[in-house]
Amino acid sequence: MALYSETVMEHFRNHRNVGVIENADGVGEVGNAKCGDIMKIYLKIDNDIITDVKFETFGCGSAIASSSMATEMIKGKPVGEALELTNKAVAEALGGLPAHKMHCSVLAEEAIKKALLDYYEKSGKDYDRSLFIDCGCCGE
Amino acid sequence: MNIYMDNAATTKMSATAINAMLPYFDGVYGNPSSLHSVGQAAAEALADARGRVAACLGCAANEVYFTSGGSEADNQAIVSAAMNGAKKGKKHIISTAFEHHAVLHTLKKLSGEGFDITLLDVHENGVIDPLQVEEAIRADTCLVTVMYANNEIGTVQPVKEIGRICREKAVTFHTDAVQAVGHLPINVNDDNIDMLSLSAHKFRGPKGVGALIVRRGTPLSSLIEGGAQERGRRAGTENVPGIVGMAASLEEELKHRAENAEKTAKLRDRLISGLSEIPHSVLNGDRERRLPGNVSFCFEGIEGESLLLLLDEKGICASSGSACTSGSLDPSHVLLAIGRVHDIAHGSLRLTLSADNTEEEVKYVIEAVKEAVERLRSMSPIWRDLVNGKRQFITK
Repeated sequence: MALYSETVMEHFRNHRNVGVIENADGVGEVGNAKCGDIMKIYLKIDNDIITDVKFETFGCGSAIASSSMATEMIKGKPVGEALELTNKAVAEALGGLPAHKMHCSVLAEEAIKKALLDYYEKSGKDYDRSLFIDCGCCGE
Repeated sequence: MNIYMDNAATTKMSATAINAMLPYFDGVYGNPSSLHSVGQAAAEALADARGRVAACLGCAANEVYFTSGGSEADNQAIVSAAMNGAKKGKKHIISTAFEHHAVLHTLKKLSGEGFDITLLDVHENGVIDPLQVEEAIRADTCLVTVMYANNEIGTVQPVKEIGRICREKAVTFHTDAVQAVGHLPINVNDDNIDMLSLSAHKFRGPKGVGALIVRRGTPLSSLIEGGAQERGRRAGTENVPGIVGMAASLEEELKHRAENAEKTAKLRDRLISGLSEIPHSVLNGDRERRLPGNVSFCFEGIEGESLLLLLDEKGICASSGSACTSGSLDPSHVLLAIGRVHDIAHGSLRLTLSADNTEEEVKYVIEAVKEAVERLRSMSPIWRDLVNGKRQFITK
């Protein structure tokens, strides 16, 4: 389908990092079933480095591709760097998303932030609260 | 491999329709309104097509008004009946919650202009009860508009009975028969229909052409002002090739209607029983009262657009009522109208068959859908929660 770029379709078809991490150091879930989009990110973190990341997504093609791309972008990165990941960067890496699908990349950014917040809270480390926004997809 | 199962969206044109149209692009290219012989040849073709379309639906030639398609026909029928009603102080219209947007959006506009709109409940099986119409009719009701068959879930409405009630109560009855014409036996006389909308590309005719049938005695006002075409009710030079193609395709489809319907319904039933094997799935719409080619399912725990993409990869053309395919946050109003909650309405799949489909294709599609649903569920956090009992299943 020409709706999506080749990169989106490639990540949709051969998605990376699908799965669950048992006893993850950080877990973040955003979206809701009512809106038709749920993204869940699992992080394994050692010495502030994201050593493993997995995702589960209920959603459209671009939601799945955004999860796949976003997890690739933070894998092996320091936590501080992952916090700086923006939805725009995810969308750009995917070769662009149709305008009405941009929220899928927003979900990916939010899911990662939520998982990182969970990591900070679980580990009891200090963090800058202003870096975290309230997550949610359609105002619920 | 290319398996087309989206015939409710549009159909492949028949060779008969294409061949019938060709002479009207170069040979008989005249404007039917022109006095000269080239124009009059086109006028004759137009008159001939009008008579043939009328014969297919059991009405008179002068009860056929050609339009640009189903949406225009719906708009004109409703607005015209509303304006006519308003003249008599009647500003109440009855319809159903799962009409096509061509009807619903027109009604919404009229509601903003002071009309009172009653949308009847369509129940979980997607079929209304004629009694609902009887009970809803008031002294100020000017129009009842109920679709012949639903475009998403394929349910066929008791049009004849609704028409009888409207006739008894002297209320104009319009039906959007876009999905039904060419596929079900329709006779506007027997079915007590005052106005009927149809669209050629749903029965192997060309796109961009349709008709509004208006029975004698039912006033019709124009939506498009200009010349005196269509007896002053629809301005604009007639789409002669399109109209000729529509007449040819309608005749042909009706000639083979019974055998095509039988073959298609058999394939449909196989597909329905195959897809029913998928756990936590539900068929949308009544099992019996449905179009011969319609299959509509909801699968729990997945989203419809990603299902369509996976099927497209396997060469299967299908459709979904998920929010992601509509560009809005809400899934299909039809699925919501039959009581599907958002969670599962997002996971819908519509496969609409034609007599061109084969048993092999049906087998292939059943396997492909099973595989795709399984694949999407394996990566769905909702599915995990359902399986782990953290969330309640909605379907069996």
